[in-house]
Order: sequence, then C-alpha cells, then structure tokens
Amino acid sequence: MNIVFSTSGDSLDAPLDARFGRAPKFLLYDLEAGLARLIDNKEGRAASQGAGIQAAESVARAGAGAVVTGHCGPKAFAVLRTAGIKVYSCRAATVGEALAQYRSGALVEQTEADVAGHHA
Amino acid sequence: MKVAIASGKGGTGKTTVAVNLARAWGVPVQLLDCDVEEPNAHLFLGGEPGNEVPVFIKIPSVDEALCDACGECGRFCEFHAIVVVGKAPLVFPGMCHACGGCAKVCPRGAIREVDERIGVVETRKAGTVSLTLGRLDVGVSMAPPLVHAVRKQIREGSPVILDAPAGTSCTVVATLRETDFVVLVTEPTPFGLHDLTLAVDLVRELRLPFGVVVNRVGVGDDRVHAWCRKEGIEILLEIPDDRRIAEGYARGRLLVDALPEYAGLFRSLAGSIRARVGVAA
Repeated sequence: MNIVFSTSGDSLDAPLDARFGRAPKFLLYDLEAGLARLIDNKEGRAASQGAGIQAAESVARAGAGAVVTGHCGPKAFAVLRTAGIKVYSCRAATVGEALAQYRSGALVEQTEADVAGHHA
Repeated sequence: MKVAIASGKGGTGKTTVAVNLARAWGVPVQLLDCDVEEPNAHLFLGGEPGNEVPVFIKIPSVDEALCDACGECGRFCEFHAIVVVGKAPLVFPGMCHACGGCAKVCPRGAIREVDERIGVVETRKAGTVSLTLGRLDVGVSMAPPLVHAVRKQIREGSPVILDAPAGTSCTVVATLRETDFVVLVTEPTPFGLHDLTLAVDLVRELRLPFGVVVNRVGVGDDRVHAWCRKEGIEILLEIPDDRRIAEGYARGRLLVDALPEYAGLFRSLAGSIRARVGVAA
C-alpha cells in the first residue's frame, strides 16, 4: 500500500507538514517496496479556494491508500473518504517518525474532518 | 445613468455618501445596496420592508445510475466544485460558480442543474428613493450572483446609485461593471490612502471614469490630497470631520436631514457627477 505524508521537504527526515491542502509537497511511501517518491502540491498551494480538494485529487490519482497529515479539512476529507483513502492525524515532527508511528499502529484513523473549512 | 459608490477601505463612508446622495439628488432615484453580506442603507432610509424574493443559483445534481465516473465534469470545473475520485462525482455547492459547464460536457447526460438558494432581494420605497437590497444567506460564499440579481431590478428612466461592498474583490467588480461613473470614498489617513490606491487600480483596470470623496477632512494627514493631485484625480467633495455628523450617523439619521446645512454639499456632488457623465438629470 502507498501511504502519503504532507511535508515541506523531500525525505523521511523532512518535517511532517501540519496542513494537508496547503502542504508544499507529499511524500508517497510504498510500504511493501520501501520506496519513496514526491508529489508536488503546486496546484493545491496556489488555489485561492479548494486547496484541499485539489490536494486530495492529486494523492488519489497517485494511488494513495492512506494519508498521514497534521489536519485535514472537510472538503479534502470528503474527497479522500470517497476515494477510499484512510486519513490519520499525526503530530510527529518528521515524516520518518510519522511512518514509525503508523507502522507501530499508534495512529488512529480519523472518522471526520478535524478542522473547519474556510468556505461554505 | 448608473453611479457606483465604492472604496478600498471599509468604514470610509460609502453608505453615508450613497444614501445622502440618493436623498439629495433632486429627482426620484433608485439605490441598490450591493453590499449583500451586510446591507445597511435601509437603516438610514427607513421605509416599509418589501417582499423578500429568494435568489437561486444552478448547481449540478448527478444521476448516479447514468454516471460512469468518466471524470469529464471534474476536469472541466476550474473551481473543483465537482470531483470524481470514486464511483460518482462529489459536488461541493459552496465552490460552484453556476456556469453549467459540467452538465454540458457530461457525455452521458447524467448531470442536471438544480436550484441552490443563496439569499434574497428586497425592494422598498423610502420617500423619493426606491431601495433594492440583497441579503446573502449565512454560510454562503458565492455573493456575485446575488449582486447580479440586485442589479436586475434596475429600471430605466431614473438615476441609479449602487452602494458597493468594501475591498476590490469579485462582489465589488460585479457592482462596478457597466456603471457610468464611480465615486471612491476615502479618508485622509495612511490606511485610507493605501486602500484608495487599490480601488483606483481596480477602476482603472475596469476603465471606468471616477472621482474621489474625502470624508472626515481634518483628521489624519494630507497624503490623500497630495496623491490625488499627483495622479490627476479629481476630488469631488470633502466632508469635514464634524462631530455632529458622527452623532447623527450613530443615531441612524441621514446627514442631509440631521444637518440641512450639508444638503448643499451632496446636491453639488450630484451636479458634479451629472457633469462628468454628461447628462442633464
């Protein structure tokens, strides 16, 4: 399964970004192969509205099975849930730490958005 | 003739200028309160509330039995109001700009447009002023279509004054478009000047003739005046910083009623605007 982390960097040592929709990048990690690749969240970050929707579309297209991020808003959450992608909220400092927490089963799957949207 | 009252900054006195100009115009006028998130011209003008007519926009509704999740609608929508990631599109009504494109590009005819209420329009009579106001529903972010609905109430024949929201965003553009003249209301402070420059950028981009009203002259500094001189922008009217004006305002009274000595200022503003637009009344 592919697991996606929101991040401002480009490796497992990079910080986990607390925002989903406006995170600079996503690190997509293939759990079976142990390989990582980066997805630029250029569109989401530049969007005046609907950043979360665009980011969620990007990670869904990239074949994510789960998302580990700081906070996820209602629209992004709706898209991710519809795409069958699980969302985990995590306060780890780095992507590597977040991955370790995921593997150890310490992360709890979110059942709803944990922050309010910016628009109706 | 259509005259819009705008400003960059909030609280400079747009509504004060709009309602007093409307009352002092000399002939019956139509006033459109296009500040649909917080209309307040009626508080000064009074009059019996009219019927509230609901305003709707068209948003997509997907027939999942017909949809094969091809994703054409989502690729078309610039605003990501419709997204296909699973077996059927997800619709986000708050993002929809009601263009109808998704329904047109759907190869299976699975999308029809349905009404989504965004607010109400109300028209009332207040003396010589016919006031139409828009009131956006709480939680709705799509204000420009409501401004368009307010503007649909324009009746040819009498002068029309449009009271714009503050700022320079879509609702302001929707208010200013296709007007004959824009009055930009500012105050002589660094904040007033900063936001005036933004508003001037906007009206220049829209290629609309405009002039400036400086409110509360006597407070602040002279940078607004200096900047207008440098830019060749006409100052149409200066309203002095008079405590009695603030007192009348605080009681919801029209300036031209509370302090008749100021009525002449607004009559002369109406005259300047008529002269600039080139009409007799």
